[in-house]
Amino acid sequence: MTSSKFLPLSTEEHAAGNGLVSRRWLLRTGFPAVGALGLTSGMVQAEELRVPDWSSSPGLDLTGYGQPSPFESEVVRPTLPLFPEGIGDGSGVSFTPLEKLAGTITPNGLFFERHHSGIPEIDPAEHKFAIHGLVERPLVFTVDALLRYPMVTKTCFIECAGNSLFNSFDEAQQRTAGEIHGLIGNAEWAGVSLAQLLDEAGVSPEGKWLVAEGADAAKMSRSIPIEKAIEGDAFIALYQNGERIRPEQGYPMRLVLPGWQGSMNVKWLRRIKVVSAPVHTKDETSKYTLLQKDGKSRQFTYEMGVKSVITSPSPGRELGAKGLYQVSGLAWSGAGRITRVEVSADGGASWAVAMIPGQAPPRALIRFQLPWQWDGQPATLMSRATDETGAVQPTREAWYEPYAANQIFHQNAIQAWAVSGNGGISNVYA
Amino acid sequence: MSMRKFGAILASAAAAFALSLPAQAQNYGEAISESDLANWDISVGPDGVGLPAGSGTSAQGATVWAEQCSACHGEKGKGGPAGDLVGGVGTLKSPEHIKTVGSFWPYSTTIFDYVRRAMPYYAPGSLSDDEVYAVVAYLLNQNEIISEDDIMNAENLPRVEMPNANGFISYWPVANQ
Ligand code: HEC
Repeated sequence: MTSSKFLPLSTEEHAAGNGLVSRRWLLRTGFPAVGALGLTSGMVQAEELRVPDWSSSPGLDLTGYGQPSPFESEVVRPTLPLFPEGIGDGSGVSFTPLEKLAGTITPNGLFFERHHSGIPEIDPAEHKFAIHGLVERPLVFTVDALLRYPMVTKTCFIECAGNSLFNSFDEAQQRTAGEIHGLIGNAEWAGVSLAQLLDEAGVSPEGKWLVAEGADAAKMSRSIPIEKAIEGDAFIALYQNGERIRPEQGYPMRLVLPGWQGSMNVKWLRRIKVVSAPVHTKDETSKYTLLQKDGKSRQFTYEMGVKSVITSPSPGRELGAKGLYQVSGLAWSGAGRITRVEVSADGGASWAVAMIPGQAPPRALIRFQLPWQWDGQPATLMSRATDETGAVQPTREAWYEPYAANQIFHQNAIQAWAVSGNGGISNVYA
Repeated sequence: MSMRKFGAILASAAAAFALSLPAQAQNYGEAISESDLANWDISVGPDGVGLPAGSGTSAQGATVWAEQCSACHGEKGKGGPAGDLVGGVGTLKSPEHIKTVGSFWPYSTTIFDYVRRAMPYYAPGSLSDDEVYAVVAYLLNQNEIISEDDIMNAENLPRVEMPNANGFISYWPVANQ
């Protein structure tokens, strides 16, 4: 059966080349019935339904804390230590397995990690958080004290500035979508407005920057312009997706700076010092700066760029027989809302506008989808996001243009997946 | 009930509610003195604010280096499994650039700040301030930025001019090209 023979689409009902189906056509016909695409003729006859064992006797007992089904044991974070054993144990990353998840919220146990010196085992009764420096009243807060403030709730992503580093290699690496782009997670956070706490301490007029510091052995430390807190959206999160933040996400508290470089969202937050100028910590000079070809480096590039990735199909989520598939993926921007996501099935020669939610929150992951009639031939899938500032996700070549070789930070280039004739998917630079 | 009367009741209810609120908004922080924060206040800025008393030279630092750092960062700051801290000065424009403390870091104070807060990796905070000054002096000397008997202390360290001091373009609040 050749799909073109059965495909009831006129050329204008294609949204873009190589089988991307138009939204207009979908609206007109409703969701495409299998029959409409001519797939009925080969329909398989299902077997008679049996009553399985689990329907015939009572199941397991109640549990205090629920766990995923044992059949989902493959859905885990791939981990990557960054140093040989005994040299930097606890300094490394683990990736959110993006291609194994749906929707937009990252489950807490699968939210990516980047630690610079392991996960501290903090007793919340002992933990203290201080605000001092250029303030009228230096203050120290216990966890219980913070829990008494009115709570702010916000859904936003946190993305490591080194996300997608595997696409900085000269040769395209054969890794999954999560193993390439999974240094990002999206959660509903609840906590206390940083502006409110700074107000309580009374920031002096010379106070222009904050130095945030963690209680881990690396005492992770970053300078932050005070604007992100005063009149901004910075907050101290105590809860993630309804439960207290996990140890690897900063228990008992972390800073959240929506849309800004992951490492500034300091975990295990113990101190904020109000200062007049940035202190140039190691992680805002040596690391998380962007070396250009001309030898100069971009510094204080806080906002994460507009970006998207197709998670299905993608490596590990191969296609079966030719026919209709949903192209689905994630898009986000540190600058605000996503206004448009386009998908190409012909390596960027033509683009179709994908469906996105109408009321997507700013600085949060959104999911896009578009039906695709795959004709069984090799194809190249891409997605390209645009945000409310008009910024458009660049090609890999355009993104790399100013940067030195091996510059890995703030990589937001278009991801291309090559689809082979047998439905296999691989990472390609296109 | 007339709309006006209903409005008046609402207004007085609102006034009563406002009166029942505490004069101050919620304040749950406890006062603390800067001296009680001293063990935690380890940030050092490029102007040297935050540098403690004490001093050290590269010669003294060589001992600290051999005992506390070389296993991970190499005998003379090169070739170790945790990455090079020495060399590469002048290579940043080349495709084979080497980023180290010497070739890349804009401020010497950052070395003090970072080593004191995070190194040696398995025992951060175990070095005395004199030892930190000394090992910073050692790294600066290995990178040929200061001489072997230059004394590093709160006064001298911020004055050390790093080779890549002018190598950074600030992108906050806007790109400063
Ligand atoms: C057990 C191994 C180990 C020892 C010993 C050690 N380090 Fe490190 N060092 C590391 C690791 C691992 C990192 C990277 C940490 C991270 O991921 O942020 C690092 C990072 C650094 C950096 C930042 C490098 C850069 O380019 O950003 C400096 C500077 C440094 N160490 C200095 C020292 C000094 C000085 C000593 C001795 C007092 C020392 N280290 C001892 C493992 C070690």
